[in-house]
Amino acid sequence: MLIEAEQLYRFYGNHCAVENLSLSLDKGEILGFLGPNGAGKTTTMQMLCGNLAPSAGQIRIHSIDLLENPKQAKRHLGYLPETPPLYRELTVNEYLSYCGQLHGLKGKSLAQALEGAKERCGLQAVCNRLIGNLSKGYQQRVGIAQAILHSPDVVVLDEPTVGLDPNQIREIRKLIQELGQEHAVLLSSHILPEVQALCSRVMIIHQGKVALNESTDTLEQHVRASSLILETRWPVELECLTHLDGVQSIKQISEIRHRYRIFHDKETNPAEKIASIVVAKRWGLLELTPVRQSIEQIFVEITQQGKETAEAEA
Amino acid sequence: MNTLTIAARELRSLFLSPLAWSILGVVQLLLGFMFLTQVEYFQMIQPRIAAMPDSPGVTDIIVTPLYGNAAVILLLVSPLLTMRLVSEERRNRTLSLLFSAPVSMTEIILGKFLAAFFFMAIVTAMITFMPLSLLAGTSLDLGKLTACVIALLLLLGAFSAIGLYMSTLATQPVVAAISTFGVLLLLWIIDWSGTIGTGSGEALEYLSMLRHFESLLKGMVTSTDLIYFLLVTVTFIVLSIRRLDYDRLQK
Repeated sequence: MLIEAEQLYRFYGNHCAVENLSLSLDKGEILGFLGPNGAGKTTTMQMLCGNLAPSAGQIRIHSIDLLENPKQAKRHLGYLPETPPLYRELTVNEYLSYCGQLHGLKGKSLAQALEGAKERCGLQAVCNRLIGNLSKGYQQRVGIAQAILHSPDVVVLDEPTVGLDPNQIREIRKLIQELGQEHAVLLSSHILPEVQALCSRVMIIHQGKVALNESTDTLEQHVRASSLILETRWPVELECLTHLDGVQSIKQISEIRHRYRIFHDKETNPAEKIASIVVAKRWGLLELTPVRQSIEQIFVEITQQGKETAEAEA
Repeated sequence: MNTLTIAARELRSLFLSPLAWSILGVVQLLLGFMFLTQVEYFQMIQPRIAAMPDSPGVTDIIVTPLYGNAAVILLLVSPLLTMRLVSEERRNRTLSLLFSAPVSMTEIILGKFLAAFFFMAIVTAMITFMPLSLLAGTSLDLGKLTACVIALLLLLGAFSAIGLYMSTLATQPVVAAISTFGVLLLLWIIDWSGTIGTGSGEALEYLSMLRHFESLLKGMVTSTDLIYFLLVTVTFIVLSIRRLDYDRLQK
């Protein structure tokens, strides 16, 4: 295991920002951290990177205890905080070689690491410009270059795609996917489809606690369509459809238009049969779409649930 | 190694901003003017004191006051130099780069201190060129000159350490500068209190930077004064390390 965290707690005064959080991450995995604002994502990442000491708990990076041997453990870490830690008065080259030196790189290996990081993040064109004069997107890339420069085993990225344009987001996502093949990557994001597309595992944090920790594949199965939306030009005789194999119930959604929601078993998908019946009966098929529950809905359910119970308790 | 890397980065950033250059320029200009007035004064009184037995020499009349003036000017200027050391990194959120790199708190603080002290050493070297230029026309008491240089370096080391500590406390550079200035001035004048002679007066007298600095300037390099300055410097460096570590423990 590259990262192992056990029963992390973090208090700010009396406020508990992170409560009993455990996680482990292996090589080749990308873990997505999700949660509403103030859920404790950044706090957790700061603790994992040694920027914040946990109130209780253990963190091991590459089986080295981060709290006992911070220097050795941090050699295997690359961290991009929410605001990239950039010195605006330095050029990209100067900045990256400073970061490399901090990680103990020199001479040839430093030059190689620099070239590698610049190439991966597409920084060759701007390498002699001042960081302060770069656009937000390029600054973000410099921040990522800094995190992967010394090819650490563990890369922690706090909202890496914030403030980038769609093209840049796509590039950065590609880069993260590449990184995920050789390193363990931990990233936090507000953008749910991004997490769905990138990560092999998703962890939803709510009020400092782990609300969900599941691989994206399992999650996919959870959210697989179990209902269809049907819209026709003419009214449908519901009896013809309800007795179909797998159909559980049908509900009319719209009064004006002929729009129905068909709930069915997870195992069988009656869409094909429904289509042929609707066409055969000349009801005028306008739409037949599977309803997919996205991570977004799960996210909303989990985070709203907490709110409701809290309100109920109050 | 890491300490030097951090110090080098700090110095580079310092010299990339106009601040370092303007400090060097202004200090040099002011002290150059003071130096020249002192030379003029010496030329004026030279015939009168030549006849006196045990009269003060060139070094006493020109060099010692120069370093005394330098100390006062740098007391005003050094807070501006040290204010940004940590507070600016905290403000720009660049500290996390150092915190997540394999670098200890001690190395971070020592790197910052060395950068500030190295700049102060440059200032001292620039000042020392002025009395050294007198060697072209006269002879100097080089022992006394060395004592003056040591005195100024020790004093500036203490200034840097205090400024660094104030910078680790503050989130805004300006606040760090003002509080550094306050502490330095207080330590400078702390023996003004009327209790001289009594027990508490002696304690205050020991705390006063001016006392220790002046006795060094006179050419008396005693261990009491050396230890005083080293103690102040080390104390504030240790406090800075602890304060920076506190950032990690509690926020």
